[in-house]
Amino acid sequence: MKKLIIAVSCMLAFSAGSIQAKDWKEVRIAVDVPYEPFEFKAPDGSLTGFEVDLGNAVCAEIKAKCEWIPQAWDGIIPGLLARKYDAIMSSMSITEERAKKVLFSEGYYNTPSAWFGKKGMGLDVASKEALTGKKIGVQRGTLQDNYVTDKFGDVVEVKRYTTADDLVLDLTGGRLDAVFLDFPVGEKTILNNDDFETLGDNIPVGDGIGVAFRKRDQELANKFNKALKKLKDDGTYDKIMKKYFAYDIKI
Amino acid sequence: MLDLQGYGPSILGGALLTVEVAILSLLLAVFLGLLGGLAKISSNPILNGIATVYTTLIRGVPDLVLMMLIFFGGQMMMNNLSDWLYTKFEVDVFFNVNEFTAGVITIGFIFGAYMAETFRGAFQSVELGQIEAGKAYGMTPWQIFSRIMFPQMMRHALPGIGNNWLVLLKTTALVSVIGLSDMVRLASEAAKATHQPFLFLLPVIFGFLLMTALSEWGLKMLERKYSAGVVKG
Amino acid sequence: MLEQFEQLLSQNDIFNLATLMHYWGGFVTTIQLVFLSLVIGAVIALPLGILRTSKNPWISKPIWIYVYIFRGTPLIVQLFLIYYGTAQIEGIKGTWLWENILAEAFYPCLIAFVLNTAAYTTEIIRGAIENTSKGEIEAAKAYGMSWAVRMRRVILPSAFRRALPAYANEVIFMLHASAIASVVTIVDLTGAARDIYSRYYAPFDAFLFVAAIYLCITFTLIFTFRHIENKVLAHLKPLSH
Repeated sequence: MKKLIIAVSCMLAFSAGSIQAKDWKEVRIAVDVPYEPFEFKAPDGSLTGFEVDLGNAVCAEIKAKCEWIPQAWDGIIPGLLARKYDAIMSSMSITEERAKKVLFSEGYYNTPSAWFGKKGMGLDVASKEALTGKKIGVQRGTLQDNYVTDKFGDVVEVKRYTTADDLVLDLTGGRLDAVFLDFPVGEKTILNNDDFETLGDNIPVGDGIGVAFRKRDQELANKFNKALKKLKDDGTYDKIMKKYFAYDIKI
Repeated sequence: MLDLQGYGPSILGGALLTVEVAILSLLLAVFLGLLGGLAKISSNPILNGIATVYTTLIRGVPDLVLMMLIFFGGQMMMNNLSDWLYTKFEVDVFFNVNEFTAGVITIGFIFGAYMAETFRGAFQSVELGQIEAGKAYGMTPWQIFSRIMFPQMMRHALPGIGNNWLVLLKTTALVSVIGLSDMVRLASEAAKATHQPFLFLLPVIFGFLLMTALSEWGLKMLERKYSAGVVKG
Repeated sequence: MLEQFEQLLSQNDIFNLATLMHYWGGFVTTIQLVFLSLVIGAVIALPLGILRTSKNPWISKPIWIYVYIFRGTPLIVQLFLIYYGTAQIEGIKGTWLWENILAEAFYPCLIAFVLNTAAYTTEIIRGAIENTSKGEIEAAKAYGMSWAVRMRRVILPSAFRRALPAYANEVIFMLHASAIASVVTIVDLTGAARDIYSRYYAPFDAFLFVAAIYLCITFTLIFTFRHIENKVLAHLKPLSH
C-alpha cells in the first residue's frame, strides 16, 4: 500500500503543472533534433545550429533566459498547445493550415527543398512518368510530405519517416530511390556522401519559416518580431547566417 | 571488450528508465486489476458491465495504438481542457502529459485489464467454504477480503501475474515509439548514428533476457513462499 | 443513398475519400502481414515443436535457445535488428537477396514477425504434444505403432485440438503486434492512422477509427475460433447436467 502511494505521488509529480509566467523572463523553445544545420547536437551533447544561435540572440535581445527543449516533430504543435514549451523554432514553414492552430512570427528564413538520390540515376523529378513506382522518402507531417503526396502520391510509393536522420539512413542504406528534403539539411547530411547528388532544380516550397506561438501569446510574438527585425538590420543575423550557410537565406 | 563509443552510460540510464516504467506500470496494473477482478465477480450489473467493457476494449486494440491514442490524444484533450478553463475562469494551468506519464498510464491501463482476468480467476478459486466461514464468524466484507481471500488468492494469482509481468516488461519497449528515452530508443538512436545496429541492439537483447531470467527466478521464489502449507495434490 | 454518403464524405475534412482509401490500403497491408506471418510461422513451428519434444539434447536444446530468445525479447527490438541490421551487412547490396527481398521494407518485417510467431507457436505445439494423455500413448504403443505413426495418427491430431485455445490467443497477439510494423515505414492500419494524424492534427479521429477496426477484426477472429473450437473440441466439452 505504501509503495502504491509513493508510486502514485511520483506519477503526479511528473505531470505537475504551474502558473504561467506572464512577463516572459524565461522562454522555453522546442526544436526537433537533429535537423542539420538548423538544429543538431554537438559532440558534447549540447544543442547548436543556425536556429539555436539565432534564438539565443533573440533571447538576449528581449532579455529572457532561453531553454531549448528537444521534441519530436510529430507532436511539436500539440506540445506547444499543451504548454510544454512557449515557442517552436524548428524550421516550421508558415502555412494556412498551421496558422489556424498557432500564431506565427514574421518569417526569418526561407530555403528551397530539393530532391536527393544516387549519382547517375538520371531521374527526371519533374515528370510523373519517370517517378512512377519509385520509393520516395519524406519526413512525416512536413511541407515536403504534403508536396510529394499531393503531386505524386498516386503514382509513387511515399515512405514517411518520423525523423530526418531515419530518412537519410534509409536513403544511404538503399531502401529508397530518392528523398525530398529541405535543401540545407540534405546538403549537410546526404551530400557529404559521394554517392549521392541532388536531382533536378531546387524547388521553393512554402512561404518561409516562422516561429510558432500559442494564439493567445501575442505579446511574446511581438517581442520576438521586434528582436528579429533588429537582428536582421544590425548585422547579427548575417553573422550567424554566414557561420552555417554559404548562400543567402534571409527573408 | 565492448566499445560502445561513448553511448554506454546513457544506454545504461535508459535501461534504468525501462525498469522504472515497468515497475510503476505494474503497480498501476495490479491496482486496476484488483478493482477489475472484484468488479467482475460482484453481483452489481453496472460494475460487471464496466469491467467487461474495459477488458474487452483493451484486448481488442493493439498496445501501440492505445499508447498513441493516450499520448497524442491525451495531450490534445488536456489542451482543450485548459483552454476551456482559461476562457471560462481565466485560470491558466497547464497539464503536462509527458512521455513517461503517458507510457506508465497506458501500460498500467492495458495490463490492468489482463490482471483483472487473472485476479477474477484467482478470486473464484478460493474455496467458498472459507468465505462462508468468515461470514459465519461475523467478519466485515473488508476483513473477509484482507484476512481470508487475499492471502489465499495470491497463490492462484501468482502464475498469471508472473506471465503478465513478463509480457509487460517487453511492452515497455514500445514507449520508445512515443519518444521516451528508454533503453530501446537510445540504443536504436546510437545504432542509426554509427551505422552499427548489431553493436547496440544485441546488448539490449541481452539486457531483456537478463531481466526475464531474473524475473522468472524471483517468481519461483514468490510462488514457493505463497505455497507454504499447501499440499500439492 | 450513395449520393448522400458521397456528400458526407466530401464535406468532411478528415474522413474523405482520399483518407478512407489510405486506411483501406493500411487494412489490406495489415491483413497480408498477419496472415502471411501466421501461415509461414505455423509451417516452421510444426516440425520445430515436434523436434523440441525429442529426448536428444542436441536437437531440443538449440530449439529451446531459439524459442527462449524470441519469446524473451520485445518484437520491436527484433524488428529493428533485422530491418537495420540486414542493410549494414558487408557486401549485401547488389545481391539478389537484397534487390528483391530485403530492400523492400515489407520483407524484413515479415521475417521478424515469422521468427517471432514461430517461436511462440513452437512452444504451444510442444505443450500440446507433451500434454497428450499417457493412456493414449500407451495404447498406441501397445498397438505396435512406431514413433512416426504414433505421431501422425494419435498424438498430433489430439495435440492440434488441445492447442487451439492457445493458438487463438497467438493469432490475436500477432494482429496486435502487427501495429509495430508502422515504426519501420510500413503503411499498415496504424501507419495510416499516424499519417492522417500528422497531416490533420486529429489524433482522436485517426486512432479511434483504427482502434475500432482492430476491435472488429479481433471480434471476428474470436468468433471464428470459438466456432472451430465448438466443432473440433466438442468431444472435450463437459457434459451438461
